[in-house]
Amino acid sequence: MTGYYLILAVVILAMAFHGLMVRANLLRKLMALNIFTSAVFLFLVTLARMAEPLDPIPHAMVLTGIVVTVSTTAVGLALLVRLYRRSGSLTLDSSNDD
Amino acid sequence: MAVFDLILGLLLVILVRKCLSITDMFGAVISFMAFGLLMAVAWVRLEAPDIALAEAAIGSGLTGALLFSTLGRLPHSETRQPLVPRGSGSGPGYWLVTGFWWAAAMVLIATFVFSFQELQTPGLGGPLQERLAESGVLNPVTAVLLNFRSLDTLMEIAVLLAAVVVAWSMGYVDWPARQTIPSPLLPGVVRLLTPVFLLVAFSLLWRGSHAPGGAFPGGAVLAASGILLLLSGMTVQISPRGMSWLRWVLSAGLLVFVLAGVSLMAAGFGFLVYPEQWAGNLILLIEASAGVSIGAMLLALYVGGEPDMAPSQPNNPVSRPQ
Amino acid sequence: MSSATDMFGAALAVVGVLFFLAGTLGLLRFPDIYTRIHALTKADNLGLGLICLGAAVQSGSLMTALKLLLIWILVLVAAATGASLIAQTAHGRGIPPWTRQE
Repeated sequence: MTGYYLILAVVILAMAFHGLMVRANLLRKLMALNIFTSAVFLFLVTLARMAEPLDPIPHAMVLTGIVVTVSTTAVGLALLVRLYRRSGSLTLDSSNDD
Repeated sequence: MAVFDLILGLLLVILVRKCLSITDMFGAVISFMAFGLLMAVAWVRLEAPDIALAEAAIGSGLTGALLFSTLGRLPHSETRQPLVPRGSGSGPGYWLVTGFWWAAAMVLIATFVFSFQELQTPGLGGPLQERLAESGVLNPVTAVLLNFRSLDTLMEIAVLLAAVVVAWSMGYVDWPARQTIPSPLLPGVVRLLTPVFLLVAFSLLWRGSHAPGGAFPGGAVLAASGILLLLSGMTVQISPRGMSWLRWVLSAGLLVFVLAGVSLMAAGFGFLVYPEQWAGNLILLIEASAGVSIGAMLLALYVGGEPDMAPSQPNNPVSRPQ
Repeated sequence: MSSATDMFGAALAVVGVLFFLAGTLGLLRFPDIYTRIHALTKADNLGLGLICLGAAVQSGSLMTALKLLLIWILVLVAAATGASLIAQTAHGRGIPPWTRQE
């Protein structure tokens, strides 16, 4: 079962990385970043589950990580709103505005 | 139960795909929140109830609220942008790079499939169990967060505070405007539920010492209660005096943490090295102040900037495009 | 004895899941937002109540049963409020309720 969750984590990681690189919309990039961190956390916790006995230290690390992720997202969103007010676009690519 | 995990994983993958490729941004945010809730189920399956609580409260709930409030600040046309701007997303360069990282991911998966039995697992569970009695709490995750690795938690609260500082330094926002509430239902229900929210938040705080819970889920529930109050049309006029109080509340968690560490150092123990007989009480004190601060900081991040104190037209708030 | 209560709890949960299935079917098949909300809130609340009841029977402790009851009541309040808000917003935006086209 744990092997299955490791594979799941890698699949989600790859999908999120793809989204992070390909999507131009910054809001979408932020969501991809959040999913990316979730996948990393999934990997860590699955490793903790495989340990004998169950290792709670990765759990604590992941809790810290979740809070840091939400801080990052909040700052990113605040910057995004400022960027939109200034440039009228949600992408960083100024030459290719639709 | 393997079928359950299989379905769960499939749903997670489908939701990620939906979140990252549906054109409608509103739908993407909904998919993202559903992904977070299903991740909480996955954490329970992996025997990590602490993370399940934090993921449901912070990872899905509060991040979703943040995303929605950002969507509300953008004009409606922006939320239905075409996904890929013209000219990108095709061509040999794109496929070369995409193919490269997908191939790398597949190789990684194959490596796991063939060798995950020999994968090094973290093995500190045993030593942690042995020293749990010294920590002053019974929940191993809380023991790691607030005793054995308390410096990490200190830094984490500092990161959260830094995020609030960055958000505030980007200028004032008008206090979320009183929206036209279609019915008295929402304010009524919120009035009914706010005491329940407070009860749950402090019960989570208290439970943290012996069961899953603690300052972070507790603070998130506090912030959720504040967000609901704002959504149901509550407006407060913040005086300059209230503002300075707000600043103290925001930084209380970090201040108490640092003060505890420094006074322990002055007493000759070392920074955040708790003497065994006080450890439980110290952890409770730090956790309580951190919980209240975390709630206030998450709420401040939801508001998105420094609330404008200027008493400009208090009865005629600026309407913002929804 | 204990296996009989276990079976009873499991049966209640299965019936609850059937209600969830019916609600989901309604969500997918009904023609407009009002009927979909109707299907979701009615069927899912009943389904959740049955699942909570089943879990309470299986747990066999009064304290857990009361907590499950509290969960059910809170979800009822939240679902009713949410459904009403969604319906009122839709109505306010002028989405007409579905009527059978003859």
